[in-house]
Amino acid sequence: MNSQIIAKGYEWTMDDLHNLDQAIGTMAKEFKLDTFPNQIEIISAEQMMDAYSSVGMPIGYYHWSFGKQFLSVEKSYKRGLMGLAYELVINSNPCIAYLMEENTLTLQAIIIAHACYGHNSFFKCNYLFQTWTDPEGIIDYLVFAKKFIADCEETYGIEAVEELLDACHALKDYGVDRYKKPPKESLAQEKSRLASREEYLQTQVNDLWRTLPTKDKSEKKKEEARFPTEPEENILYFLEKHAPLLEPWEREIIRIVRKISQYFYPQRQTKIMNEGWATFWHYTLINEMYQRKMVDDTFMVEFLHSHTDVTFQVPFDHPAYNGINPYALGFNIYQDIRRICEDPTDEDKEWFPDLIGKNWIEAVDFAMRNYKDESFIAQYLSPKVIRELKLFAVLNNADVAELEVTDIHDEASYRNIRELLSQQYNISMTEPNIQVYSVDVRGDRSLTLQHVMKDDRPLEKENAEQIMRHLYRLWGFEVKLESINDKAEVTASYRCPVVEQEQKETETEDKDSCS
Amino acid sequence: MSQIFDRRPNSRHKSAVNRRRFLQRFKKQIKAAVANAVAKRSITDFEHGEKINIPTKDTHEPRFFHGEGGKRTIVLPGNKEFSRGDKIPKPESMTGEAGSKASNTGEGEDTFAFELSREEFMQIFFDDLELPRMLKKKLGREQSFTMVRSGYSKEGNPTNLNIPRSMRSALARRVALTNPLKKKIKKLEEEQEQTEDEAANAELAEKIVKLKHKVDRIPFIDPFDLRYNRKTPQPVPTTKAVVFCVMDVSGSMDETKKEMAKRFFILLYLFLKRNYETIELVFIRHHTSAKEVDEEEFFYSRETGGTVVSSALELMNDIINDRYPTNEWNIYGAQASDGDNWNNDSPRCGELLTHNIMPHVQYFAYVEILPRHHQSLWEEYEQVHKIYKNFAMQTLEKTGDIYPVFRELFKRQEVNAHE
Repeated sequence: MNSQIIAKGYEWTMDDLHNLDQAIGTMAKEFKLDTFPNQIEIISAEQMMDAYSSVGMPIGYYHWSFGKQFLSVEKSYKRGLMGLAYELVINSNPCIAYLMEENTLTLQAIIIAHACYGHNSFFKCNYLFQTWTDPEGIIDYLVFAKKFIADCEETYGIEAVEELLDACHALKDYGVDRYKKPPKESLAQEKSRLASREEYLQTQVNDLWRTLPTKDKSEKKKEEARFPTEPEENILYFLEKHAPLLEPWEREIIRIVRKISQYFYPQRQTKIMNEGWATFWHYTLINEMYQRKMVDDTFMVEFLHSHTDVTFQVPFDHPAYNGINPYALGFNIYQDIRRICEDPTDEDKEWFPDLIGKNWIEAVDFAMRNYKDESFIAQYLSPKVIRELKLFAVLNNADVAELEVTDIHDEASYRNIRELLSQQYNISMTEPNIQVYSVDVRGDRSLTLQHVMKDDRPLEKENAEQIMRHLYRLWGFEVKLESINDKAEVTASYRCPVVEQEQKETETEDKDSCS
Repeated sequence: MSQIFDRRPNSRHKSAVNRRRFLQRFKKQIKAAVANAVAKRSITDFEHGEKINIPTKDTHEPRFFHGEGGKRTIVLPGNKEFSRGDKIPKPESMTGEAGSKASNTGEGEDTFAFELSREEFMQIFFDDLELPRMLKKKLGREQSFTMVRSGYSKEGNPTNLNIPRSMRSALARRVALTNPLKKKIKKLEEEQEQTEDEAANAELAEKIVKLKHKVDRIPFIDPFDLRYNRKTPQPVPTTKAVVFCVMDVSGSMDETKKEMAKRFFILLYLFLKRNYETIELVFIRHHTSAKEVDEEEFFYSRETGGTVVSSALELMNDIINDRYPTNEWNIYGAQASDGDNWNNDSPRCGELLTHNIMPHVQYFAYVEILPRHHQSLWEEYEQVHKIYKNFAMQTLEKTGDIYPVFRELFKRQEVNAHE
């Protein structure tokens, strides 16, 4: 094996990057990492801020909220309050990774290993990404979306489009299919279908609202069947298909927002796994380079310094605490899988009988492919990692004045902590469960959504009220939202437009108090 | 497998449109902040960015999340002293997800703060004044430049291609590249003449043909040879000007009127700044008597009492005579008042302007701010206006009325520019 030092010093040249990429790529192959081809782009800090503010999309439609993002990033960066991320990587084929010009040679090496081989292989192989995203088509789709929205702005005015996008953005977390599997569609198909879809959509909507001639009683019973027959979790999808007053272009814009939201959904479900995987591989690959004497000691000192920074878990009581560090948790779990394969203790034999004596490369690969954060933690969080991170669980019950520590890192609690932490990464648990419940098809056309409460946790009121206005904008008729607890009681309800009933009530109250 | 691109030379400001959209959306708040800044800034140090604060509730993008209440178990890292079953009093920050949204910018959570650039600040200021687009662009620019020839460069656009230079370097390259070959050919040809051997001769001939081909393959012109005229921007040479800001500060001029007057002076200053290398400002305030003051005092100190406008014009005339010889200085006058004047004084003002001041100045602009009705001063000035084309006058009801005062001045400028 070539044992020549390939990277030295702080400054880098394009040739250095080529050499690093080649060396790391060769090793990645030896470790059986399956990746998309890489497209590495060197950019300036300013360009990184641009990339940031378009939520990591290389091309995006225009919207004020991206401008807001840019202004706040720019401000904190200029004041030195915040360092920019060293890299940004896009789930596309070829896999685009941005490297900042300010990075030192060592950092560039870490990033190439981390993003171009770590994240890249994760994007290519994890089942969620394989099922839900289309890395071949995403760039084309974004180009299409940008153009479509720009055309709408020209035709219908910037303000109208902006208002619609505001409404869609407020609901974008509810624009994803959580369970259904989508048919894959390429951009070409999308485009060719656009025209026919517009007409088709409109006919469907009309069908729903058609005034039927008077019917006999047996028919009437049928009509009373609820619409939708099953509650719909994808609120944007429902609005796109069924909102009565929307124009075809408005439906298409809703579709664009939810498509993009769906594209990012796997990333939201695999933060720990994805960052952990990338960190695990930059650590493994760079160490391998050192062992093969491709880098010198100075390089390693800087590498270890950066790596420790990235994987440091700030304790909960520290002012800088900002949640569990996904790099730290993910890295520790993968690292532990490798350790269990290679050097198991008695405890491991009891907890992970399947991993004992297995090839570690295959074991981590399997763990990367077939899980998402919640199941990954439920499957692989070991007592050792719990002890190392000193995890503990605290119960916050609104009815009780004090918090209660329910579990700590000891024998009796490992399983509980593992279960609780797993649920902490279950998006369907952490996000309020809100679904389209019914439409009053024969009556006032009002739309009712249900928030099925979990553990009596209510919605944040102000935000909910604001979103109701956006929902009303999209639906066009009255919208209601009810929070329902596990005893099937309505604990809170929101509606838009706000009904004058309340005023009437207060009026009557006033009268009462007068009399 | 991997491709590496250097994107640094690519366009920056990809987010410029988004940024503009943001500014557009919060125009009302930003405009208010700009107006506020205009009041605070000095005329001469007017052009720079501004920090803007917008209430977060305006820029907030709502999403559904859990509020306070209910039961929730959280797993946290870094346990030091807790055992199972410990009770802890609830800290204030523990209010669900809202707590984690605390800002780390030290700006407080209630405002969204950002920096408005100099250009953006000026654009909003100009919008407020309802300036025509062309002018906004012109005034918004840093400084005017002309492009001046300065040697040659290897890069440029085709229109700047310098043909003689390009041909000269092509020739040099051709000579440099072909000469060694030609020498070799010459040598071989001499050898050929001397040898009798047929085979050797043929071999030499073949070599010569090959070399000649090589010579032929050297291109007549190559991108490497191209030379372009280099042009560098050079600031437009300008001269000196002095602006007299004359304002009535008698009791009837309240804050609103002064604010408006300030915009009037700023606009004139900005305009002249683009055309002259050095500009001096002279501030003259007056009630019954006039006084030369600094900017701070000009705008912010309060006075009461009657009004004698001629005192200010006399002072202006004296200052011109003393300090600003007309052969060296371009003199501009700008006067703001609410129209009040001691009636007997107005004819004196007209006289001073017509005979003493107008012959010396490039331009004189007079604005009457929110007058109750026009008085003798206005009538007197109308007479001056009839005689002198470069005397402008206007009533200001709102800030949008300021620009038309200068319309003539700006128009003249454009005509000059075209000539």
